Amino acid sequence: MSILWVLVKLGAALGFGMSWAAFLGWVERKQSAVMQDRIGANRADILGFKLIGLFHTIADPIKLLTKEDFVPANVNKTFHAAAPALALGFPLLALAAFPFGGTFTVGGWTLSLQPLGSKVGLLYVLAMLAVGIHGVVMAGYASNSCYGLMGGLRGASQMLAYEVCLATTMAGAVFLYGTLDLAEAVRWQARMLGGWLPAWGIVFQPLGFVLFLVAGAALTKRTPFDLPEGESEIVGFHVEYSGMKFGMFMMTDLIESVVVCCLAATLFLGGWHAPFLPLDGLVGAAVMVGAFTAKVALVMFLLMQVRWTLPRFRFDQLLDLGWKGVLPAGLLNFFLTAWGIYLWR
Amino acid sequence: MITVRTVERPPRDLAVQVFLLEVVKGLGVTYRHFFVNLWRHLLGLAGGRPAGSPPAAAWGGSPRGRASRPPSGRALAARGAVTVQYPEEPAVLGRRARTRHRLLKRPDGAPRCTSCLLCETVCPARCIRITAEDSPDPGIEKRARTFEIDMGLCVFCGHCVEACPVDAIRMDTGDMELPALHRREMIWDMKALMEDS
Ligand code: SF4
Ligand code: SF4
Repeated sequence: MSILWVLVKLGAALGFGMSWAAFLGWVERKQSAVMQDRIGANRADILGFKLIGLFHTIADPIKLLTKEDFVPANVNKTFHAAAPALALGFPLLALAAFPFGGTFTVGGWTLSLQPLGSKVGLLYVLAMLAVGIHGVVMAGYASNSCYGLMGGLRGASQMLAYEVCLATTMAGAVFLYGTLDLAEAVRWQARMLGGWLPAWGIVFQPLGFVLFLVAGAALTKRTPFDLPEGESEIVGFHVEYSGMKFGMFMMTDLIESVVVCCLAATLFLGGWHAPFLPLDGLVGAAVMVGAFTAKVALVMFLLMQVRWTLPRFRFDQLLDLGWKGVLPAGLLNFFLTAWGIYLWR
Repeated sequence: MITVRTVERPPRDLAVQVFLLEVVKGLGVTYRHFFVNLWRHLLGLAGGRPAGSPPAAAWGGSPRGRASRPPSGRALAARGAVTVQYPEEPAVLGRRARTRHRLLKRPDGAPRCTSCLLCETVCPARCIRITAEDSPDPGIEKRARTFEIDMGLCVFCGHCVEACPVDAIRMDTGDMELPALHRREMIWDMKALMEDS
């Protein structure tokens, strides 16, 4: 039974990631359109029904799947094929560690809504995000193209800079909760201060939250930090890819965004905690998953808007911002948090 | 006389260098557009019309440079977007847009073109082919017998119109949908080119 439940949860986590990726493709096109006074995707229809362009979530993958998958003659075939799988696989694996809800009791069973509970869940997520960059570097290397290689190298150095920043910005929160266990971190936040203020991480770590969003956005390789790709200069690490392999790289960015949003929701927005709502039984399970998803969607909405608002950085500016801006600020945040905890104890 | 004018650089103080304040300002602009347009779309879906605001207001300020393009009927109705749903709706062309050529006629129906070959010479795409014949009018001497433009090669630069000394060729038909199923059909002959004159 428990094995079965874990498998169900793992499948659900996978479905969570994949459906977000499909849905985000539509959100991306539609949100950018509305904020730019355009209409956006509205052509795909089934029997004349357009449903505000939602059918593009189906049409886009079908198009990518049926396109010719062209493999250039001079690429390293094995690595060329493995790169998209690596890039997409590891962020998806990271999703398994998030507590989509707490525990609930139904019919004598006490079930947890976290697919893979672990004492070091946070490190696991960070590791998966970091390993994911191998796909990008491998794509650049295997492409046997200087543009692809440049893109891959940029991706690697950007990853290096911002993975460190990301860890630093979360250090304050981790110190506060006293655990690397994501479920434990949410449980710490799942209470009310003075009966009205939820004890979410953002209340104690506002600076940490902002810095985390910056580093997280950089980690997902999306504008304004989309230096590994650059249509106007190097095209990107996926220059030699076509069809669904290219689509997988696109999905990677989106799923990495989902992972970052899940991290933000878990560490700073109270995870599955929803104030004043029942959190036990089947209803509670639905509420917890719903609250978590809503928080992810909220952060996603913000990141999406940022992606369509800001122009991109130059590469040296990007590294400057990481090493000289976010990293010291993250350390400062960590120091202040530690000091605060010391005084408070 | 040449003078040097020093342009003041806007100060890059800490508030600018930190980016965050500016990012928040920028997000404010885009979020305003987003929610205003979303509200208008919702009103449009509900069948209502937003209270008499001109579409320029959706651009959040003066519509400088864009107002010359009047939004079409449906875009006006939607009000949340300035999109023209081409090809269902007719494309909005500028007054001076260069579109498919036409050849002008003399009062007697003969082509005005005197076969001077200036257009053929100037054409960067080399897509004009002209053959000449004698004109019955000794004051004109020469006129075009055949005049072909390969629309598949033409880059719509308008040099031919500029070059013509007798204003025999113009690009003002407003016709820019010129697809054909065969390359051969992309070549327009004199008869077709003179049809709208
Ligand atoms: S518009 Fe330019 S390219 Fe076209 S026929 Fe005239 S000169 Fe040639
Ligand atoms: S420039 Fe004018 S007159 Fe001369 S050949 Fe061309 S169309 Fe005819």
